[in-house]
Amino acid sequence: MRYLPKSPSERREMLAALGLRSSEDLFTSIPAACRLKGPLHLPGPLSEMEIIDYFRARAEENSRGYTCFLGAGVYNHLRSVVTDTLIQRGEFLTSYTPYQAEISQGTLQAIFEFQTLMCQLTGQEVANASMWDGSTALAEAVLMAERLTGRHRVAVASSVHPEYRQVLATYAHNLGLRLDELAFAASGQLDAEALRASVSAETAAVVVQSPNFFGVLEQLPQLAEIAHAKEALLVVAITEGVSLGVVRPPAEADIVAMEGQSFGLPPSYGGPFVGVIATREKFVRQMPGRLAGQTSDHDGRRGFCLTLATREQHIRREKATSNICTNQALCALVASIHLCLLGKEGLRELAEQNLAKARFAATELEKIPGVRRAFSGPTFNEFVIELPRSVKMVNDALLREKIIGPLPLGSFYPELTKRGLLCVTETLPRSEIERLAATLRRILSTPV
Amino acid sequence: MYPSDYRYTKEHEWIKVEGSLGTVGITDYAQHELGDVVFVELPKVGAKFAAGKAFGTVESVKAVSEIYSPASGEVTEVNASLANEPEKINKDPHGAAWMIKIKLSNAQELAVLMDAAAYEAYIAEKQKEASA
Amino acid sequence: MTDRIRKAGRHTSQSEGLIFEKSVPDKRGMELPPLDVPAVDARQALGAAYLRDTLEGFPEVSEVEVMRHYTRLSTWNYAIDLGMYPLGSCTMKYNPRVNEYVARLDGIATEHPYQPVELSQGCLRILDTLQNCLVEVTGMDACTLQPASGAHGELTGLLLIRAYLENQGNPRKKVLIPDSAHGTNPATAAIAGYAVENIRSDANGQIDVARLREIVNEDVAGLMVTNPSTVGVFEQHIAEIAQILHAKGALLYMDGANMNALAGIARPGDFGVDVMHLNLHKTYSTPHGGGGPGAGPVVVKKLLEPFLPVPVIAHQSDGRLTLDFNRPKTLGRMRAFYGNFGVLVRALAYALAYGPGIRQASEDAVLNANYIRKHLEDLFDLPYKFPSMHEVVFSDARQKKNGVSTTDIAKRLIDYGFHPYTTAFPLIVHGALMIEPTESESREECDLFIHAMRSIAEEAATNPELVKTAPHTTRVGRLDEVGAARKPILRWTPKATTEAAD
Repeated sequence: MRYLPKSPSERREMLAALGLRSSEDLFTSIPAACRLKGPLHLPGPLSEMEIIDYFRARAEENSRGYTCFLGAGVYNHLRSVVTDTLIQRGEFLTSYTPYQAEISQGTLQAIFEFQTLMCQLTGQEVANASMWDGSTALAEAVLMAERLTGRHRVAVASSVHPEYRQVLATYAHNLGLRLDELAFAASGQLDAEALRASVSAETAAVVVQSPNFFGVLEQLPQLAEIAHAKEALLVVAITEGVSLGVVRPPAEADIVAMEGQSFGLPPSYGGPFVGVIATREKFVRQMPGRLAGQTSDHDGRRGFCLTLATREQHIRREKATSNICTNQALCALVASIHLCLLGKEGLRELAEQNLAKARFAATELEKIPGVRRAFSGPTFNEFVIELPRSVKMVNDALLREKIIGPLPLGSFYPELTKRGLLCVTETLPRSEIERLAATLRRILSTPV
Repeated sequence: MYPSDYRYTKEHEWIKVEGSLGTVGITDYAQHELGDVVFVELPKVGAKFAAGKAFGTVESVKAVSEIYSPASGEVTEVNASLANEPEKINKDPHGAAWMIKIKLSNAQELAVLMDAAAYEAYIAEKQKEASA
Repeated sequence: MTDRIRKAGRHTSQSEGLIFEKSVPDKRGMELPPLDVPAVDARQALGAAYLRDTLEGFPEVSEVEVMRHYTRLSTWNYAIDLGMYPLGSCTMKYNPRVNEYVARLDGIATEHPYQPVELSQGCLRILDTLQNCLVEVTGMDACTLQPASGAHGELTGLLLIRAYLENQGNPRKKVLIPDSAHGTNPATAAIAGYAVENIRSDANGQIDVARLREIVNEDVAGLMVTNPSTVGVFEQHIAEIAQILHAKGALLYMDGANMNALAGIARPGDFGVDVMHLNLHKTYSTPHGGGGPGAGPVVVKKLLEPFLPVPVIAHQSDGRLTLDFNRPKTLGRMRAFYGNFGVLVRALAYALAYGPGIRQASEDAVLNANYIRKHLEDLFDLPYKFPSMHEVVFSDARQKKNGVSTTDIAKRLIDYGFHPYTTAFPLIVHGALMIEPTESESREECDLFIHAMRSIAEEAATNPELVKTAPHTTRVGRLDEVGAARKPILRWTPKATTEAAD
């Protein structure tokens, strides 16, 4: 087997050095009744070429050749060859969590830079080394708010990503946290009056997403004011990080839970991505996840190490801030490299291109009789359209033209049947946007 | 080493009683076991604790310890300087690094605590166990 | 340093500051294709209240500077590609590169989780095949691939137990955890809403069965056991432990962190385990990447299947696969979408490379650990004499007499060209040296490691200062962790960092 560096004779010699005759003798401490009697029934073994062939065949069973207008928490953006080349260096790819600082300075400095980039983007004071993804980051942010306030009710905008809310509900269920869902207004934004009525002295946190699941930006300063008036914390989720290139950062939030997939990570059927928690400095000891800090050695040389580890599971055990251990370090590295390549101007230009493409698409689609935008609030690169017939029927027709159309919202929000969520990023050329509009026009002009 | 006018707990806190007021800190033995202290979390003035209940935590780089109240009472003063200078706990655990002052609600509880001689014998025993 | 050091030679690395310190206005490292639709004035489109004005301090650097910056940083890391990484319990094995290649294929990396299932048959087939492999290796009945890491898998497993017990009318109150357990176990139990009761290990580092029998009652939801345990030995009474729990209606959770010792040798499903997670970044070789991404699939017995998180993969009558969201008894959802798919692709590529031959990997891992034990046990204290599986745990008791601790020995190993073993864990061994070579090490590399450890043992006796001040050959010496924790600097700001890096 090519991954095993021992010859049969080396194995025999090593066994002999142990005074053993066969490899069976290595396992005498396992009671006979617990031992596997026969061989495992598994596919393989396969050579390298066969493995590649197997996965190429699987790739052919997927969506190759289709144009995709989906977002909803996972976005198609340009990625650089530079990033992928760098993260495949063995010293990044095949190293462990940097507990031994002296031989992990590369990873540690990269984490420190990542934390800084996330602070700059979100307008927050501290950010951690990463969480599993945006949805678990949001759940952990809410648990953090509970610890900080000692309160047990949470007001959650129903325009937060439905799967994020489902994860939050799963975490909250066993911990005595009560979630109150809040309606959205005609703008697609959280209904501020509904929020005001709901927030009380028992509210630990108000949870919103911006841009929200409908692509609409929330009025964060106003929401923060309502939350803070009752000493509740404002928790802001962000699924589309590229928006921060042009949209005002959630500086008034107390905790930001962000998904960083848009920063150079491929959609990869939903993962691995990179979650981030960013917050105010005074809350850092209640923050989950790893942190790299700057320090120096005995000769005064600058270096970095993991710090404030007493918050974590390996020290505080059942009293830890979270059970997170392995996080998404390599994905955080992707995000860092990608953002450094883009730089200040590149990120702004990228965000402006997304804004322009989505505006163009919305304008083209609204020219079609019966098609209109469902919400009036300001949007970034996603928007909801209302169709004169079921989204499913329209999508089936679009698929025949190799277009993956809007995400039907009816399955998440029963009141939003005939509405679909579209995402248009810089990766979609004008010609494809025009083809979507033309195809949709044709579909809708054909009687059902 | 261990002031003779203090009383000591098995969890390595000390208390110095003046009238109905007790001053509480951790012992030299405790700071030594913990190593360099990097952070201490203390209650707010007005908080009430029963004897033996945790009132705060003290952290080194790789360990966290709870600090237990030697007696029941209400916190009247907190040593705020420890927030910025936790190293005081290593340098002067029985003096400048006092942690809280409490208004004692039941002075009789103090009777169960050790005096300096008993505490020194107690930690000598601990050290013998550790090296065995 | 000395001619005793065989594996490592001198290494010159480049100095490099923070990327922010290299920034010069009006540079960039990535250009976009020109915009092919009318430009939009952001202020007008969004409204001034929503507009970002500055992005202060954000880097402005060219492509070549980014390439050099990260390449230089990379050379400051140790890696499995450079040599043995004997971190006990972490299982640092070789990461095959074909796995990286297939995870990046067009049609694999490019797929959107909300695209129609009829256009996702390849993705679903990959997931389904991996599930079948994991179920077969562990002897269980069903699987979820949703958890993003081992700790996330633990939480999923405990919530499955909770959902099952709740469905019977009472979720119960506590989870039993041996004192030898990884810290994630108690932390996870707390997040699952359970109180933790620790069980002391007996003199052999095994679960005290008599004690267990006493404390298991109707308040106990389950026991979390790591098998082989964190001292690297197989729980002798695991089947009996399962019976004790089951007799009181409690379930047996197995932390699968050490499954790499058992694959092809023994199956947890055959010795009474009800639910377990696997760390694919351990047993299935997906790269650790400096701390993730990992994946922590959970496999269960039939009785827990109705409670698996949504969605689950379902087989249609026409042979096609789909996602089933309609599961009335589900515990809910552990994360958005379906898990760390890209990691799962790599794990399947690894599983396919071995097939049933995975047994040989387990044998070699156990052989290496015992070979190292045999050649070091005359110099290092071995607190538990029971036969080792995939890792061996020594203590620093003998070196401690000269003031040399497990940390010092670990740091000195760096000078010898190795990554340290795991120090100070498990907690039941005072001053632990936890060594796990994995199957990826040749006899030559094992011999080099043995030589290094023997040499350090001698240094600890004859020149303890040399060991206590190690490492001597790295870019930075031991760092001031106390200062880092007392006055945390967690991000760069233009003023916070004035000194240039060495």
